[in-house]
Amino acid sequence: MDELDLQVFIDGTTDFFAQMGGEKADVGTPYLVSNCNSEIKGFTGIIGVSGKRRGSVYFTAPPVLLKVLLMSIGEEDTSHENLCDMVGEVANVISGSARKEFGQDFLISVPVVVVGRLDKIVVPAELRSFVVPISWKSYDAALVISLE
Amino acid sequence: MKPMKLMIVDDSNIIRRKIERSNEIDGLEVVATAGNGVEALEKFREVRPDIVTMDLTMPEMGGIECVERMVEINPDIIVLVISALADKATAIEALKKGANGFLCKPFSEEELNKAFRELMQEASYG
Repeated sequence: MDELDLQVFIDGTTDFFAQMGGEKADVGTPYLVSNCNSEIKGFTGIIGVSGKRRGSVYFTAPPVLLKVLLMSIGEEDTSHENLCDMVGEVANVISGSARKEFGQDFLISVPVVVVGRLDKIVVPAELRSFVVPISWKSYDAALVISLE
Repeated sequence: MKPMKLMIVDDSNIIRRKIERSNEIDGLEVVATAGNGVEALEKFREVRPDIVTMDLTMPEMGGIECVERMVEINPDIIVLVISALADKATAIEALKKGANGFLCKPFSEEELNKAFRELMQEASYG
């Protein structure tokens, strides 16, 4: 994975928040990690990637960010179920938008949502994993991209 | 004039509700929602909608297969695919299988309403 690949996900993230959240997200400098557990922020949407590329894309955010995001799209129900739905949808849309660049062979799974720490999920050791810090309306989230 | 019957298919509850809330166009009435392709086909046979919004990446049965099956049941059905899969090839594939329009997520209310208006106009000329 190189800088151009990363940019695809960064663009998808900024587009998502501008369109759905009504305000652009600030994206910090991406950095490499060997274990992403320390980046987990409460709710995590995980997309498995197969086909031309292999790996995963995580979007992780605290509940407060997800609640504000739900309200931004006019959703008043900020129940646990909708927070899970929202975090999965963010991961889904950011990963799906990457197909603009990577094409139809960039296959993505339906989102899997994990609440709390990802003790049983580790980034594959053979893959370089990048964390992209995201700040939106002063709340912090992160995108973790582990791709061949 | 009777409103056109709209069915919303998406595995995300919040997206289904967003589409419902955005749907303030005269002449459209939401008659059913479904969270996957299998449920969608069951409800499709029951409520006989005129327009369907269809997600593509869903559990149990994906949107492309679901569109194909719906077109077999009702060749006149109008399908607007609303998906995160943003590549041209997927859009073309969906159109070949019988979809009438394609809208990428994330989408604004204006984009959604414009897509509905265009499809309804198409239907009235069809």
